Amino acid sequence: MLFASYEFIGFLILTFLVYYLIPRRWQWGFLLLAGYIFYALADPRYLLFILFTSASIYGCGRWLAARKAAFRERFAREKEGLDRERKKAWKAAEGKAQKRILLLGLLSNLGILAVTKYTNFAIVNVNAIRTAFGGSALPMVDLLVPMGISFYTFQSIGYLLDVYWDKISAEKNPLKFALFVSFFPQLVQGPISRFGDLSKTLCIPHAPSAEHIVPGLERILWGYFKKLVIADRMLVAVKAIIADPDTYGGAFAFAGMLFYALELYADFTGGIDITIGTAQVLGIEVTENFRRPYFSKGIKEYWKRWHITMGTWFTDYIFYPMSVSGGMQKLNKWGRKHLGDRIGKRLPVYLCSFAVWFTTGIWHGASWNFIVWGLGNFVVIMISQELEPLYDRFHKRFAVEGRTPWKIFQVVRTVLLMSLLRMFDCYRDVPLTFRMMGSMFTSFHIRDLALSSLTGLGLGAADYGILLAGTILLTLVSLAGRKGSVRARIMTFPVAAQCAVWFGLFLLVILFGYYGIGYESSQFIYNQF
Amino acid sequence: MNDLLEILQDLHPEVDFETQENLVDEGILDSFDIVTIVTEVSDTFDIRIPAGDIIPENFNSAKAIYRLIQRCMDEE
Repeated sequence: MLFASYEFIGFLILTFLVYYLIPRRWQWGFLLLAGYIFYALADPRYLLFILFTSASIYGCGRWLAARKAAFRERFAREKEGLDRERKKAWKAAEGKAQKRILLLGLLSNLGILAVTKYTNFAIVNVNAIRTAFGGSALPMVDLLVPMGISFYTFQSIGYLLDVYWDKISAEKNPLKFALFVSFFPQLVQGPISRFGDLSKTLCIPHAPSAEHIVPGLERILWGYFKKLVIADRMLVAVKAIIADPDTYGGAFAFAGMLFYALELYADFTGGIDITIGTAQVLGIEVTENFRRPYFSKGIKEYWKRWHITMGTWFTDYIFYPMSVSGGMQKLNKWGRKHLGDRIGKRLPVYLCSFAVWFTTGIWHGASWNFIVWGLGNFVVIMISQELEPLYDRFHKRFAVEGRTPWKIFQVVRTVLLMSLLRMFDCYRDVPLTFRMMGSMFTSFHIRDLALSSLTGLGLGAADYGILLAGTILLTLVSLAGRKGSVRARIMTFPVAAQCAVWFGLFLLVILFGYYGIGYESSQFIYNQF
Repeated sequence: MNDLLEILQDLHPEVDFETQENLVDEGILDSFDIVTIVTEVSDTFDIRIPAGDIIPENFNSAKAIYRLIQRCMDEE
């Protein structure tokens, strides 16, 4: 069931009505049922996978919690009679036992993710090697890839690690934990919530209140505006450009790059608006996933503002544990001794950063395009990190820091760089992507960007007018958002003015949404990850 | 505390670490800085800082980092 479908809107209305009509103590249980129905409607077999993840992670979490409590109690009782060394040895042995439970939960779930999502990618690569040496190709396998498996697996793993690190207590109620894994608004494209955050409002009773229902509905509407008016319309031209790279190189590839950046932003942030808005209507708070990313002045800042919950997940659960592990600490010492202080200090950090970006890439999709995209981000971040002293000297010499033209330059540079890397999402393979990137510099003809050329891409002049107006509106709302929530400010307007604003937006979606009879809205881009 | 301040000053000479209380929240320290601090501190004080303790609250000020160091020393 796509978010942008009549079925989903019907499902939402029914869910909202039942949620507020049943006794409040049943609300969270009903959400669990709704989540499973939502999931089963996509494919009933998916349920087996999400049930396994819920049960295995819940079980490991409870096991860890019980073991930790038993150890604490025994240690407090018996530590007096032990010397320092024996206490240390006892703690180390207990630590190993707890780690085994953790690994059981992690490996079983990551194993399922790896097999379902990456088996065919592995076969393709093995076949490339086999055929190069004259061998025969292995057949591909037909595997079921459960919807949103990357999102709910990572969310569950985060929970187990938090229990392991004593950041949170293990949830006692298996059904409440199952709801955390399968909360339907965020099941297919995130955000990747933390148990400590989501559980605060997920299972408590919620009375219907205009204070959260109205802003929630407004946010859903804004999400549909982004998705239907901008993203789905822009998709038509993007598809036309990438489908025929021989015809559409040079300036067309450049236009395609910018069009895809706009489409991706409107699609993903629109989907997240629908997710967060739906949760808000239900009285549940979901972590924000974006903070005006296209206004970032550098790539590091961009990654703190785009898909925030994914970035922090990778930092907290991969980058930090790997960086401070015994192996990396040893590498640090070895590097400083043999390669000097400067390189030795950086070596482990860069190695971990490489691992994070490789994982980020492959998490997005089982293809070399995504891996190269991830590593492209790594390279740009490393270069900017290394050039920081040079930037500082430049800023001091020319006193440009903080000046508006310089800020605008930094923002444009970041958007162009990020959009360039995103071209790997679009084209069928890595060499073709590089060829199209090159064509933007070798065969750029400005006349190709004339409206008469762009209208050959499946969109009319009116469509481009709508896209331009929609982009201006998005930009203005983003700029206004710097001083706090735009919706909160609209709520201070007289009721008639508020109604006019939201009814106007509703009309824009109805009149200018890119659909018609027989048209089916496209899937959200991040659904496939 | 002086050893810690020296490590921090080496990393960001422009920051007054004795008064700053929001090093992570205000973006003064990024993830690279935090890993460097953890490595240096582990080396200097001969401790292991668990990954689970790398949270903003433990790195927002020199005092918070020092408290973390002391806790890790007690647990050794």
